[in-house]
Amino acid sequence: MLILKKSDIPSSEITPKRDYMNRRSFMAAAAAGVAAVAGECALRGVLQPPHVKAAEKLNTIKSPLSTTGVTPTSFEDITHYNNFYEFGPDKGDPAKNSGSLHTRPWSIKVEGLVAKPQTFDIDTLLKLRPMEERIYRFRCVEAWSMVIPWAGYSLSEFIKQCQPLSTAKYVQFISLADSKQEPLPWSAGIQWPYQEGLRMDEAMHPLTLLTFGLYGQELPNQDGAPVRIIVPWKYGFKSAKSIVKIKFVKDQPSTTWNEMAANEYGFYSNVNPNVDHPRWSQKRERVIGAPIFRQLQPTLMFNGYGDQVASLYNGMDLRKNY
Amino acid sequence: MKQRGIVALKVVAHAACLAPVAWLLWHLYLSTTSDPSALGPDPTHTVTFFTGRGTLRLLMVTLAVTPMRRLIPKLAWLVRFRRLFGLYAFFYACLHLMTYVWLYAGFSWSAIVDDISQRRFIIAGFTAWLLLLPLALTSTAWSIRKLGGKNWNRLHWLTYIAALAGVIHYWWGVKQGVLTPTAITVVFVVLMAARPILARRAATPKGSPSRIPVS
Repeated sequence: MLILKKSDIPSSEITPKRDYMNRRSFMAAAAAGVAAVAGECALRGVLQPPHVKAAEKLNTIKSPLSTTGVTPTSFEDITHYNNFYEFGPDKGDPAKNSGSLHTRPWSIKVEGLVAKPQTFDIDTLLKLRPMEERIYRFRCVEAWSMVIPWAGYSLSEFIKQCQPLSTAKYVQFISLADSKQEPLPWSAGIQWPYQEGLRMDEAMHPLTLLTFGLYGQELPNQDGAPVRIIVPWKYGFKSAKSIVKIKFVKDQPSTTWNEMAANEYGFYSNVNPNVDHPRWSQKRERVIGAPIFRQLQPTLMFNGYGDQVASLYNGMDLRKNY
Repeated sequence: MKQRGIVALKVVAHAACLAPVAWLLWHLYLSTTSDPSALGPDPTHTVTFFTGRGTLRLLMVTLAVTPMRRLIPKLAWLVRFRRLFGLYAFFYACLHLMTYVWLYAGFSWSAIVDDISQRRFIIAGFTAWLLLLPLALTSTAWSIRKLGGKNWNRLHWLTYIAALAGVIHYWWGVKQGVLTPTAITVVFVVLMAARPILARRAATPKGSPSRIPVS
């Protein structure tokens, strides 16, 4: 049911094919046709999601740091609506293409301003602290939001193990960039590997979660397996996925989206309805999975975690430090 | 092409232009009744892109009529479909605008004013719609008579600017690094480049299609 293309005109009226091949109109029709078909495929990719791999269960305990009074987004939506550009720029690409990611063996290298560099194996990390269920709001800078029951423990527990020096003021997170496991498409326009960073006090905040799973099972590949961070009061791109290296540094580290478009994506990126993205408003957000006429809701300052995190930014101009 | 053929083709054209709307309405109905995921995880986004892309594609089809007629003189009768496609493009543009007003702005006047005054991609989009409005209003034969053919033609050159504004609106609306607007941009550039080239060819004595009414 594509919109009428030029090629839908009855064949009796069309110039013989060999003449067509020499004509610019063929190019235009082909381009339009390709665009139409590509558009259809993209739409179908979103509406008919492929299967999710079965995953290991994680034993989680309830946490007082979970957000209450919110309805978790469906597992289906959490695992089929993703921004994970290493696997392609469309929302359906990570679910389709992340099968090639190998989450074992996996380790996180710790470097920089620490007592001594270490490497932590993923299975060691899984057993470091009791796994907690943390239900958090998740807010993308694109103005859509979810509620996700993550599984993990506070990043601060892991940082204690790293023994950072007092000169370490920031923590940098480096994600996997391996062309053997990930398509790493140039068309996404991103310089790999994906890098993110937090100020030390943000990283040490109890809400910041070293995350290993969701809905009581290990992270599906498309959600940043096998280990990622979740920083619920910031826009989602701050929550780095598939982490392979953590570096403690003195100066504010470079972060991927800030490098791509500094006027649009800042270092702090706190969820803030009063500071708009240059090209769209941040005052409202669309809830993923909600019925179409009830999707819109107002954005909450700090994504609703202001009580717990606002003090980190006392005296800071959040419009300048977006 | 005979009149009967034209009528049959027009029925097909109407059906083809309306079929996507029917698809949309059907899935809208499903998503509000039996299957909440019928329009995908972000139904607002799905509907917005569906109507927006439809608008741009129909605009391109409309803009392809004259180049086609010049390229293949036998297809001169295509001009009788141009208004049909143009009006459908405007129809989809209205659906797209309504999606914004209803689902993005929640009918909030302050939100709309805020967006129109500050968000450049919204300015581009609203400009495109505003440019199409007089074209839709003057699409009747009565208008052509009242304005005179020459003035009417000149007014309808606004189609080019509306299409350009629409393509820019698409580029400005997507995230950095996203390249999906490329395909429709290529189509637009080809169609725009083809016009002067084909017009010059049509003017030469050799292939002179002097029986094609000047449009």
